[in-house]
Amino acid sequence: MADTAATGDERVKEIPAWRRALIRPELGGICGAVLVFAFFLLTAFDSGMFAPQGIMNWTIVSAQFMIIAVGACLLMIAGEFDLSVGSMIGFAGMMIAVFGVVLGWPMWMAILITFALCLAIGAINGFIVIKTGLPSFIVTLAFLFILRGFTIYIPQTIESKTIIGGIRDAAEGDWLAPIFGGKIGQGLFQWMGDVGMIETFTRGNRAGQPVIDGLPMLVVWAIILIVFGHVLLTRTRFGNWIFASGGDAEAARNSGVPVNKVKVLMFMFTAFCATVFALCQVMEFGSAGADRGLLKEFEAIIAVVIGGALLTGGYGSVIGAALGALIFGVVQQGLFFAGVESSLFRVFLGVILLGAVVLNTYIRRMITGER
Amino acid sequence: MKSVIASIAIGASALVAPVAATAQDSLSYVLVSHAPDSDTWWNTIKNGIALAGDQMGVEVEYRNPPTGDIADMARIIEQAAASAPDGIITTLADYDVLKGPIMNAVDQGIDVIIMNTGTPDQAREVGALMYVGQPEYDAGFAAGLRAKGEGVNKFLCVNHAIQQPTVGERCRGYADGLGIELGDAMMDSGTDPAEIKNKVMAYLSANEDVDGILTLGPVSADPTIAALNEMGLAGEIHFGTFDLGEEIVKGIKDGTINWGIDQQPFLQAYMPVVILANWDRYGVLPGNNLNSGPGFVTAAGLEKVEAFAGEYR
Repeated sequence: MADTAATGDERVKEIPAWRRALIRPELGGICGAVLVFAFFLLTAFDSGMFAPQGIMNWTIVSAQFMIIAVGACLLMIAGEFDLSVGSMIGFAGMMIAVFGVVLGWPMWMAILITFALCLAIGAINGFIVIKTGLPSFIVTLAFLFILRGFTIYIPQTIESKTIIGGIRDAAEGDWLAPIFGGKIGQGLFQWMGDVGMIETFTRGNRAGQPVIDGLPMLVVWAIILIVFGHVLLTRTRFGNWIFASGGDAEAARNSGVPVNKVKVLMFMFTAFCATVFALCQVMEFGSAGADRGLLKEFEAIIAVVIGGALLTGGYGSVIGAALGALIFGVVQQGLFFAGVESSLFRVFLGVILLGAVVLNTYIRRMITGER
Repeated sequence: MKSVIASIAIGASALVAPVAATAQDSLSYVLVSHAPDSDTWWNTIKNGIALAGDQMGVEVEYRNPPTGDIADMARIIEQAAASAPDGIITTLADYDVLKGPIMNAVDQGIDVIIMNTGTPDQAREVGALMYVGQPEYDAGFAAGLRAKGEGVNKFLCVNHAIQQPTVGERCRGYADGLGIELGDAMMDSGTDPAEIKNKVMAYLSANEDVDGILTLGPVSADPTIAALNEMGLAGEIHFGTFDLGEEIVKGIKDGTINWGIDQQPFLQAYMPVVILANWDRYGVLPGNNLNSGPGFVTAAGLEKVEAFAGEYR
């Protein structure tokens, strides 16, 4: 406890650790996460939520939110929104299906071209915002409709259906696909199953195998993106540029920050995150549907805001956004475990969002008061 | 002496065992659907499982992806499996996406029943106990048999969803039930009401010997009613339709439509709960899939349809 230990000369007294901890943008997220876990430990402990399989369930859902939240967070700190994330997820998945299954290209080529296409669309989003000076949520709202429209139109025109399957078979033996749809640590989980730490299948042709047979790459991607985003934001010059672009773009420009470049790159990064999300999804489930990713853009923004970022830009943290995504995922799945009527999910979500924003505003005022 | 005690113990346990079995008998079932929150058709399903849960004395839950995203639905099935219920009742809206999570649940020892969407074949492949729903071909076949009994010799099938092969199965079944070659009797009507009406009128003028019509839902039924009214054939031609709707109910009432075919969603929710509860309690299971439809709604049965519309019908 640093506050009790600091009893020396008052002039060299450091800011107490609790005070320093308090003036971090992640604090709201940390408090929220602790509260949410405490709540579900009390109400849903024996429901299987904290058994290995249950943990894996809400971890995967949280990881999904984390992947898109990291992109949305950096973009929001840079002062812009992207409402086309959800449509981008549907679009990217459908492009993989079209290239890899309908056209029969090798899966690695389909993946790389989809990435190139989606990053280009992200860049177009960014250029339009910069060139026209229009608010980014109008521009990306337009792309929300444009991309969703294509996602429905393209498969309907060439295959006359809105769901294209067979992606898993097409990805069989490909060198790049497992990076999105594979699992790691099978040996470890098999061992845990053998020693009885996690349950094993009791029947079927997977009898004896553990119910969790590995850590999905989805979760690995979430961790990689969080670490990358956090380091980029807090440890590099580019990170400072992101803050500066979102804080006061004009002042940043005057002091030599390449604001336009930063913003376009952040739009591309958001598109990258959405594409990763889509790839993990189609590789795991094996089909792309025209309705995938519906409303995911708001889920990303909600996670970021719960995590303490400011809607107007210039302030926020990737760790906070990741915690926001964790809260989101745990609440969404936890309500099922707790047996709460599922239509109440939105009510809980609204309450959490409101609570988090109020708490975050309070914390931020304390921080600005400190300076 | 020892053996006496032992035999008493065995006797006692034999007495206690059935009692204990009913006492700890708190079964729980989860129904997972693919419908978004906004889809009101599924309200009947919710009411159906709630009623079955009450009557059987088991716990039931209804879960769905709020936006109707099938990938989210897969997560919900995984979640349901993780909470270890006694059974899962689910639709098979996208076989590719859902087969993995469903098979995992089955392999974990959870009983699964497929309802509503999917086919009996797919249900068998994922290892489900059974399928409860309305197989489209069989429903059409039953409709054809009935229409044959009511004197239909040549028919027109108005198909407004030609791109959905499962819906077309209804026409094929109907033709086979009548014992007539389908031929060009299936009309690709499109979905525009004015177009449908005019196409039906043109077809009936060109083929005056047509004495039976089958429509595949309100989209094609409503304009067909209008066409028959305009041609003065309402009540003259035998008219059957799939699904119910306001216009269709009115048509059944005034005699334009002989019957509507209801897939009876109530049964798709109610029966799986009853079946699972009896399976878990007494180990009894019907030997086949269960057809919730076709349920024929005629003028005689309209009273209940109107009374329970949106609730149980």
